[in-house]
Amino acid sequence: MSNDADVLQIQDLQTSFFVDDGEVKAVDGVSLDIPKGKTVGIVGESGSGKSITSMSVMRLIRNPGRIKGGSIHYNGEDLLQKTEKQMQKIRGNKISMIFQEPMTSLNPVYTIGQQISEVIQIHQGLSKKDALSKSVEMLELVGIPSPKDRVKQYPHELSGGMRQRVMIAIALACNPELLIADEPTTALDVTIQAQILDLINELRRSLGMSVILITHDLGVVAETCDYVAVMYAGKVVEYADVHTLFKEPKHPYTVGLMNSLPRHDMDQDELNVIEGNVPKPGEMPEGCRFAPRCPFASDICTNELPDLMETEDGNQVRCWIYSEKWDGDPEVNVKNDYQTARSQ
Amino acid sequence: MTTKLLEVNNLKQYFPIKGGVFGRTVNHVKAVDDVSFYVNEGETLSIVGESGCGKSTTGRAVLRLDEPTNGNIQFNGENLLDLNKKEMRKKRKDMQIIFQDPYASINPRQTVRQVLEEAMAIQDAVPKSERVDKMMELLDTVGLGSHQLDRFPHEFSGGQRQRVGIARALAVDPTFIICDESVSALDVSIQAQVLNLLKNLQQQYNLTYLFIAHDLGVVRHISDRVAVMYLGKIVEIGEKKEIFDNPKHPYTKSLLSAIPVPDPSHKQERIVLKGDVPSPIDPPSGCRFHTRCPFATDKCRDEKPELRKTETMTGTHEAACHYIEDIEAGRHKAAE
Repeated sequence: MSNDADVLQIQDLQTSFFVDDGEVKAVDGVSLDIPKGKTVGIVGESGSGKSITSMSVMRLIRNPGRIKGGSIHYNGEDLLQKTEKQMQKIRGNKISMIFQEPMTSLNPVYTIGQQISEVIQIHQGLSKKDALSKSVEMLELVGIPSPKDRVKQYPHELSGGMRQRVMIAIALACNPELLIADEPTTALDVTIQAQILDLINELRRSLGMSVILITHDLGVVAETCDYVAVMYAGKVVEYADVHTLFKEPKHPYTVGLMNSLPRHDMDQDELNVIEGNVPKPGEMPEGCRFAPRCPFASDICTNELPDLMETEDGNQVRCWIYSEKWDGDPEVNVKNDYQTARSQ
Repeated sequence: MTTKLLEVNNLKQYFPIKGGVFGRTVNHVKAVDDVSFYVNEGETLSIVGESGCGKSTTGRAVLRLDEPTNGNIQFNGENLLDLNKKEMRKKRKDMQIIFQDPYASINPRQTVRQVLEEAMAIQDAVPKSERVDKMMELLDTVGLGSHQLDRFPHEFSGGQRQRVGIARALAVDPTFIICDESVSALDVSIQAQVLNLLKNLQQQYNLTYLFIAHDLGVVRHISDRVAVMYLGKIVEIGEKKEIFDNPKHPYTKSLLSAIPVPDPSHKQERIVLKGDVPSPIDPPSGCRFHTRCPFATDKCRDEKPELRKTETMTGTHEAACHYIEDIEAGRHKAAE
């Protein structure tokens, strides 16, 4: 399914952390294509491996973590084969990243202008003066009022929303082809979140870049993404275009996640929770990783790990229910039957 | 007739800012500025708002965890601000709080048994001989299982730890619980479990909640009534249905429209607010929202709007805006 229109192709990525208790497979065989000019969301709860996936793309995994296998092709070249020096030319230049906490990502002892200029000087070789005037342009682009004064200010003089705008300005300073946004609005208030999401969307359209948006918020996904990968315990369990995912979610985990969400735009009597907890890294179930919490789990689910299977509509799901080997109720409809199955 | 369990009148909480060579008070952060509300017995009142609006400060002031600057807090007909420290401590047997961060609010060196024992001992809520039975019962109630009594906090996941926090609050048989962002740090699937638990406990023990949160989805799920705060003031208050389906204050409307809806086919008209929340040290004159309000006029700059009810509002619904009727009738339009 890979083709020229993909800016990034992740194949069977495996990233593990080697700790005292043994190996923790944080990302376990993730494959994902990022089409040009589109936004792909990676959704999952804490520990699902969504952030580690993006850190692996940037090659930012530090000891005791290691990328064990797989490939990450960016414009035909495997990023995992690059030297650190080659990677530095790509990082912040062709592929940029913004993080959740804008305060800890900015250096408190340098001015905003210096921090944006640094990126421009390194990657584009502009003089200090030119880089600074480009910084002012960038601040203007991300909607910071009176940018000429702001470049002289320090991060603590800005509010949280402003700081995140500065982070975006730094990330976009070199016109990256791919922007990785790791929970970019989680630390922000909703009204500020709305501003930042609109900004990312608008810039993606006008600059024609691709975006990987990592989030736990299904609302954010619905509003900004074209495609969505749902991750659970280090694996992609469902991949679909955003409309199909919300209209016809296929994986029981996706359905459970959607049912757990309290909505502000409708009344619900009781939330249909997913029972239990995410499995601990050292205690991964042998079969499907979601089986212990899945209301539909059958014999095959607890014994054998399902592959990511292509469905009729061209999307993907990692669940035995959609395979010929399914040994449970053949008529089962995950979305409609979730509640009844859960209460049994 | 419902009885008011908690009634707060004209609550003010100013924090002094020290400055200068002599450390004199040079100004105040007006975190909560003249707030009044009540909570009926057995209901849930939620306070929502963005960071810095004073919602948590309000909760802390009610329990006198911070000493309020001014105001009147009636609990069961008794003014809490008249009590001395010792009497107030006794009172907290009836009034408990569950905090946001289950990692920070439970002593990591104590087992669950010690955590619960301490709570019971301080308030002398349960006779010594019955404490262990009560603890077992509590753990079952919050869905942990009595076999986990001798575990340490680090052996639990975030959601389980929050259940320990809930068990601790319940240990002294309170009638009133403040939940200060109690589910915000949890993953959605776990958050849903804890929300269901809180709802069930409320029915079981006839608890009254003051629920402080920024997530409006959560608030809609758990509340009976909702108060919206902005920069130290309540701008709108009323029954849940009124606030969500019939909001009147421009701030409430923009807040609701800013929440992303988990449905890609849903296209909503978003009211994007300009700029950030102003500083509570020197809040805007008149209506505090006027610096960001698309409807603001000179009147808003000069005159403070009071909470009031109009013909199109039902129940206890009130909002503090000069132009509720005019905006509704289309006579007053947003500035471009």
